[in-house]
Amino acid sequence: MKEDNEKIVCPVMDKHIKVALVGQPNVGKSMLINSVSNAHLHVGNFSGVTVDKTEVFFDYKDYKFTVVDLPGTYAFTDYTIEEKVTHSYLCAEEYDIIINVMDSTNLEKNLQLTSELLTMSKKLVIALNMSDEADKEGIEVNAQYMSELLNIPCVKVSAAAKTGIEELIETVVKKFEGEKQEPKLIFSEAVEEEIEKIVSYLQKHKYKAVNSYRNIAINLLKENKKTYEKLHEEPLWTELQPLLVEASKHIELHHNTDDIKEAFAEEYAAFNRGIVAEVVKQTTAKSEAKTLTEKIDALLIHPIFGIPIFLFFMWSLFQLTFTLGNIPMDWISAFFTWLGTTIAPTISNDDIRSLVVDGIIGGVGAVVLFVPNIIILFIGIALLETTGYMSRVAFLLDGFFHKFGLHGQSFIPLVTGFGCSIPAYMSARILKNDRDRLLTLFIIGFMSCGARLPVYVLFTGAFFAQSMAGNVLFGIYISGAILGLIFAKILKITAFKGVDEPFVMEMPKYRLPSLKLIWHTVLTQTIMYLKKAGTFIAGAAMMIWFLSNYPHNANLDKVYNAKIEKSVSVKQKVLLENQLAEAQLGKSYLGRLGKLTEPLVAPLGFDWKMNVALQAGLAAKEVVVSTLGVLYSMGGNVDEKSKSLANNIRQNIPFASAVAFIIVIMLYLPCLAATTVFAKEAGSWKYAFYLFVFTSVVAYAFAFIGYRVTLMLM
Amino acid sequence: MKNLLDCDRGEKVKVSKLNAEYDLKQRLISFGIMKDAELEVLAEAPRKKTIEIKVGKMRLALRSQEAEQIEVKEI
Ligand SMILES: Nc1nc2c(ncn2[C@@H]2O[C@H](COP(=O)(O)OP(=O)(O)OP(=O)(O)O)[C@@H](O)[C@H]2O)c(=O)[nH]1
Ligand SMILES: [Mg+2]
Repeated sequence: MKEDNEKIVCPVMDKHIKVALVGQPNVGKSMLINSVSNAHLHVGNFSGVTVDKTEVFFDYKDYKFTVVDLPGTYAFTDYTIEEKVTHSYLCAEEYDIIINVMDSTNLEKNLQLTSELLTMSKKLVIALNMSDEADKEGIEVNAQYMSELLNIPCVKVSAAAKTGIEELIETVVKKFEGEKQEPKLIFSEAVEEEIEKIVSYLQKHKYKAVNSYRNIAINLLKENKKTYEKLHEEPLWTELQPLLVEASKHIELHHNTDDIKEAFAEEYAAFNRGIVAEVVKQTTAKSEAKTLTEKIDALLIHPIFGIPIFLFFMWSLFQLTFTLGNIPMDWISAFFTWLGTTIAPTISNDDIRSLVVDGIIGGVGAVVLFVPNIIILFIGIALLETTGYMSRVAFLLDGFFHKFGLHGQSFIPLVTGFGCSIPAYMSARILKNDRDRLLTLFIIGFMSCGARLPVYVLFTGAFFAQSMAGNVLFGIYISGAILGLIFAKILKITAFKGVDEPFVMEMPKYRLPSLKLIWHTVLTQTIMYLKKAGTFIAGAAMMIWFLSNYPHNANLDKVYNAKIEKSVSVKQKVLLENQLAEAQLGKSYLGRLGKLTEPLVAPLGFDWKMNVALQAGLAAKEVVVSTLGVLYSMGGNVDEKSKSLANNIRQNIPFASAVAFIIVIMLYLPCLAATTVFAKEAGSWKYAFYLFVFTSVVAYAFAFIGYRVTLMLM
Repeated sequence: MKNLLDCDRGEKVKVSKLNAEYDLKQRLISFGIMKDAELEVLAEAPRKKTIEIKVGKMRLALRSQEAEQIEVKEI
């Protein structure tokens, strides 16, 4: 009402239209928004890409649009958390109009949700998406006729080919300005009869309502909670109730079931079959020949070869990550060295020069160095997500996962975890059962995220030959995953006991992702990484620099400078200078802090620098590398000729300590941001505390074993 | 009675009854698996732990425990 007034008072003001985008999973809702606006919502070819509502804003003519992208839902049964998000949004929030997005190649299934949407009594527009795919498959949809049959405007669109988008928006605007119309939905005679009885009863009593009597009657019969509660308070309820009980009995009898929901599902299915028969034409003769998807599946989900093929893909990915990713590394490294040496002479103040060159350039450079490796990893994950292979692997691994107390669908959050733990924690929402979800949340951290990759690449590059490093990298990831599975089993039989949840998952058809889609997905993630390097990591590097430079001990300077002056050879002089720097570093705040807790990590073979780097890594894993970069570039015992961080590490860290270090990185707490999201998704900070204890104990124990075993073998 | 797990690869059958508990039953129904729906078994994972079926135009993965709860008859 208030809005109406405003419109009258101020007619030139832009009009706001709030659209809720609803549809079954994987029909292209998010992609549709991306093609309407310039948003970059996450798109992937499996069910459950979007797990939270996201608002996108754009202008069209005089209208200001707000489009809400909602998680896909098969029906309003609140089966999983993400489906609850959608259902409660539709029931409780304010919005003007619903766009129901459908996959044109499978209307019959998609219409099932539409039937439920009709009970919301909101303005509705149907977007028949994937019309390009329908054309290719020889499926012809008569949108005009469909609009008439349903009395809902239907528009053919393709989010991928960007066709029909303008028409869709125009239709939404028209619907927004126009009156709400009663959609047509015809049930079987038996049900229509019962609806008629209730409607005439409401008419007789002149019941006042916003919605039509027919809508109320259907909702009552479907046992819609809200409608029930509302009428429950009315005086006419006493007479209405027996009427309803009678009606339900008739309908159930007609459908030979004792479940009214099942009866209505069958009613809808019958109606939808009728619609599809009228509006959809298969132009090319439906041949018995296998579809492309079936042909590919014959190989990729082969009972024997399926899993080895998957492992081969993963192995290739890590090989590429290492070999291909290391090519541009020299250039980036050269660039930062050049930057440092060019900037250094322009700064006269010693401290500021060191801050800029050793602190900022050293720290940020160390992180940026690994961007190529990260890009390759991201491309791999993007391919897995957008081709449709993801669901296949979930299918292949379900039996195996089940043994470890996990759910096949856990694979999706776990794989997402190889990119970044934050979206991984969120995507665990696709799991129905809270116990399954918690269990998955607890082991997502064992899947090493992209930010840990730099540490691995750095260390494998430092200690292994080029030809082996890729294999070692693969080994690190796989052993992390295997440990995760083992801990899943342990947690399942101790902390998260319970019944197994059903596994029912849609397998999408294979889709060749466009280069643009991959490019955008990878670009968004890479920019995020770089942004983090430029802001958070730069800040952290500055802090590390500060803490490792102050307080400056003048006494030490005096003692060493006297010795240096007396020294005879250049070699001895350099040695003394290095010793001075090392001594100063040891006396700094950071040095003291590191040394204070050094006894704790001494059994793992860590010196205080590694100790500090690990602690800094609690904030973000990239900081581990930048901290090592700062500490080892300032530390004294560095051969001046081999400035590269990898060389410094090889010279200063014993192999066994390096192994223990990698193990800790693999297993300990994810970064601060991820831990926060973990606490939110798990439902309480209590769980974050458990996670901290759990991962710390595990990391310490395994690092200790790793250290001892390596020492013994060497 | 025959259930979906008893079916061989490539076999086409019709659903006669869903024996699943409430939640799963609603889920199956929302996937279109309801009385008289036609199903086809497409593939099996190792040791038939998981199977892939076709409902209408959709492909669906089911665990063996779930498949057992779907009673079917030959067409
Ligand atoms: N050929 C074709 N593919 C499309 C079209 N729209 C979307 N896709 C593809 O369909 C898949 C699903 O797209 P999304 O936008 O992630 O689907 P969604 O509806 O948001 O899915 P959820 O978030 O899981 O509910 C992706 O692989 C897209 O590339 C289209 O119009 N044509
Ligand atoms: Mg989406």
